[in-house]
Amino acid sequence: MKFTRREFIRDGVAAFTVGFAAPAFLSDLARAQGATGRSLVVLYLSGGNDALSMLVPYQDAAYHTRRPTQAVPAINVIQIGADRSGVVLGFHPRLVGLKQMFDAGHVRLIQRSGYPQSSRSHFTGTDIWNTASPASPTGSGWLGRYLDTLPSPVDPLAGWATVREVPRALIGRTVSVPAINNPAAYQFNSPNGIGAEQGFAREAMTRISSHLPTEKPHLSFVNATTQAALATLDRVGSVVNYQPSTGVVYPNNNALAQALRAVAGAMFRGLGTKVFWVQTGGYDTHASQNVNSANLGYANLMGTLDTALTAFYTDLKNQGLLQNTMIVVFSEFGRRISENVSGGTDHGAAGLMMTIGGSVQGGIHGTAANLQPGNPTLENNGGDVTWETDFRSVYASVIDSWLGADSVSILGGNFRNSGLTIV
Amino acid sequence: MAELSPFVEHLLRRAGFGASEAERERFSRYTYPIAVSVLTNFNPDETNVDDKINTPGYVQIPGNRQFLPNQVLADARNRWLFRMVHSPAPLQEKMALIWHHHFATAHSKIAGTIGNPDAVRLMAAKPSEDSTNQRGQIELFREYALGNFHELLVEVAKDPAMLYWLDGYLNRRGSPQENFGRELMELFTIGVDHHTESDVYAAARVFTGWNLVQTGTRGTSNANYAFRYNANNHDTDAKEFSFPIYRDGSRRIQPRSAAAGMQDGLDLISALATHPETARRMARRLWTWFVSETETPDDAFVDQISNVYLANDTNMKPVIRAVLFSKPFTDPARFHQRYGWPVEFVVRSLKEVGYSGFNVDTAATPMLNMGQQLFEPPDVNGWDLGPGWFSTGGMLARLNFASALATNQRAALRDAARAHNQTPETLLEFAIGRLSIPEIDGEERNALLDYIRAGGAWTGSESQLLTKTAGLFHLLTGSGIYQFV
Repeated sequence: MKFTRREFIRDGVAAFTVGFAAPAFLSDLARAQGATGRSLVVLYLSGGNDALSMLVPYQDAAYHTRRPTQAVPAINVIQIGADRSGVVLGFHPRLVGLKQMFDAGHVRLIQRSGYPQSSRSHFTGTDIWNTASPASPTGSGWLGRYLDTLPSPVDPLAGWATVREVPRALIGRTVSVPAINNPAAYQFNSPNGIGAEQGFAREAMTRISSHLPTEKPHLSFVNATTQAALATLDRVGSVVNYQPSTGVVYPNNNALAQALRAVAGAMFRGLGTKVFWVQTGGYDTHASQNVNSANLGYANLMGTLDTALTAFYTDLKNQGLLQNTMIVVFSEFGRRISENVSGGTDHGAAGLMMTIGGSVQGGIHGTAANLQPGNPTLENNGGDVTWETDFRSVYASVIDSWLGADSVSILGGNFRNSGLTIV
Repeated sequence: MAELSPFVEHLLRRAGFGASEAERERFSRYTYPIAVSVLTNFNPDETNVDDKINTPGYVQIPGNRQFLPNQVLADARNRWLFRMVHSPAPLQEKMALIWHHHFATAHSKIAGTIGNPDAVRLMAAKPSEDSTNQRGQIELFREYALGNFHELLVEVAKDPAMLYWLDGYLNRRGSPQENFGRELMELFTIGVDHHTESDVYAAARVFTGWNLVQTGTRGTSNANYAFRYNANNHDTDAKEFSFPIYRDGSRRIQPRSAAAGMQDGLDLISALATHPETARRMARRLWTWFVSETETPDDAFVDQISNVYLANDTNMKPVIRAVLFSKPFTDPARFHQRYGWPVEFVVRSLKEVGYSGFNVDTAATPMLNMGQQLFEPPDVNGWDLGPGWFSTGGMLARLNFASALATNQRAALRDAARAHNQTPETLLEFAIGRLSIPEIDGEERNALLDYIRAGGAWTGSESQLLTKTAGLFHLLTGSGIYQFV
């Protein structure tokens, strides 16, 4: 058995190259590395989540005057109490399941999370959140850098992106994370059926892709990707027939729920994955935001989110996995306070982060903005909510107290915030 | 099989989608400069291959339902793939794909607003075959493939699909929509580092009133969507920018009457199209698309190409010709070094492995899993080019597409290989020669030869040829080197 590894980084993209290792060996490796059993699930709400519609300051008069059609009426919000500054808050009416998790003490809401001079660009903003580096949002991601700290050799399934492209957050210098959006399609076909010829073809492809010339890093990267795929096929395949616990339904028409079903399956099968990436889109609500609709726009987004999270949370609870799971929810920015004439909201600044899990210390962190123009909790001439909690301090807490690694080296600075305890 | 020079093969992979047997024959007669001229000198009115759809000997489209490319998204995708495989002007389709990436517009959002089939029509309708002569966005890109970029920007700003995609249809004074103005600067022209947030707010006001009008009944064949400048919605106040709008260096668009206010947008587009940073960004993007997405753009290349762009009044044909003749592009060290886009991989495989009887609809799900669905870029920034395509799932999708194509072409490949059945080595040479890949040696070659021999000594029998030729094309088109163009 040969196990080599080379490192390269070019244009911020890295590859981890494993020589072919038998799947059985990798399983052993995964079991050893996954022994602590803790999982982190990062959930990205793509497009810029309108935090003010998710966690509603429903008694702030300016909220209602600045959102004449896109405010949730006080009577409809799901009240959750007040933050430490005394602002009463409520969940969007579709977040019924989240309220139950919150009441169980398993949700921490981190208000006004962001960073100075927040980018209003989706791309720069997303890169900033993924790299944890507002000054230079290129290169590796914060989760990739965490995976780089694991003792080598690192199992190729140590990270799992449930999307088609690995997000920058999971790009490491030495670790390559697979993108597995559909475990059922994660298989190796042959033009000659499923008999001996398929085995010959898989063996040949394994040998071809073991060619990792140092002078051709990009060819090596592609070959290493093929190898990682071939070496993990069988374990990923074991997730396909995962049966959720009794009573839990992950709806077929809810892509987020389907992704979380695969995550639950991977956890249940003990594949050893430490970091999962899950995302759901549609949050770029420039027009027809429909916060109060039955099933359109933002209300639909909240419904999709709540259904998926509730199924996942309940499943993990039933399977005894909730204590060992932390979900971190974020988006690249919040949205403009005043609605636009299209019944939507434009790009804003600080937003809402959440941590969810059986070991999470629940509650409301930080203080809500006062939406009256001119208030110091606002920026951009009163247009946007300004940050209070640096998102990197949340990452630091996750790295230090959940993943058991060193946030200072991973984040390239000390962002520890003693006032922010999430576990 | 006709021999092509490695330079022309490279040209056809990058400025086209690889070479079919017919193209190898055609281009084997040309020197490199003539090949560039042939690729760049096409008349968009004379490159129609749509009349060949549903003809034997071409890639197939689904036969079990009516073919409605102006109405059904899957058929729009199939038609475009058909054109990429069969167009006599592959560079036209390549540029249309590149503009689709640059002005990345997704069908799903438009469908969410106006439903189908109208959203498909706004993306892909061919006006001469459409009930109300609706022109889909992709037809605009095909028409302007090597056209004038300044004019293209104006057309894009007025394109109904774009007006829905970036919400311009809602942009009106008092509460302007920032979406289009922001991306016009950040993504379509000067780039994120060369404008300010207040420029975004000013640009949004500039385009107030750039709306559209829908006539007929939505969802029916008499529906039509057209740009309309709505003077009542226009913000007539002055707009200040951080960069010059006019040749005299003025950064201010002066107040205009509402009736004349459409000129604001034309002035801004003109300033952006000819802005030196747009020229440089265009040069850098062309470097990424044609030369290398992993190397930093060469300074001399950026200087040269941006100068050509400005000196030719933003006409793209001389710009693309300069790219294709540039030293970095023609450097043999860069052959097979650019990561192939999923569309490139699929179309090239079809051209080089074979397509007769292959239903192009079969490519839809694999392309989704490879990370590139036509008419559905992930966001307005387009696709993430380069290594980003190569997740394990994306790689398996390529391998499995290679398998599906080889399965479909089994008999044809056996027939073509029959004259090369003497030894495993002759069979391998045949396969390598048919695919435009470099020689294979060392462990990879041994692995391929061992594969041919696996399961029994090589006799060259019909059944061995049937099995192993298909298997060989699967392995070769699924191999690392074939993922590069």
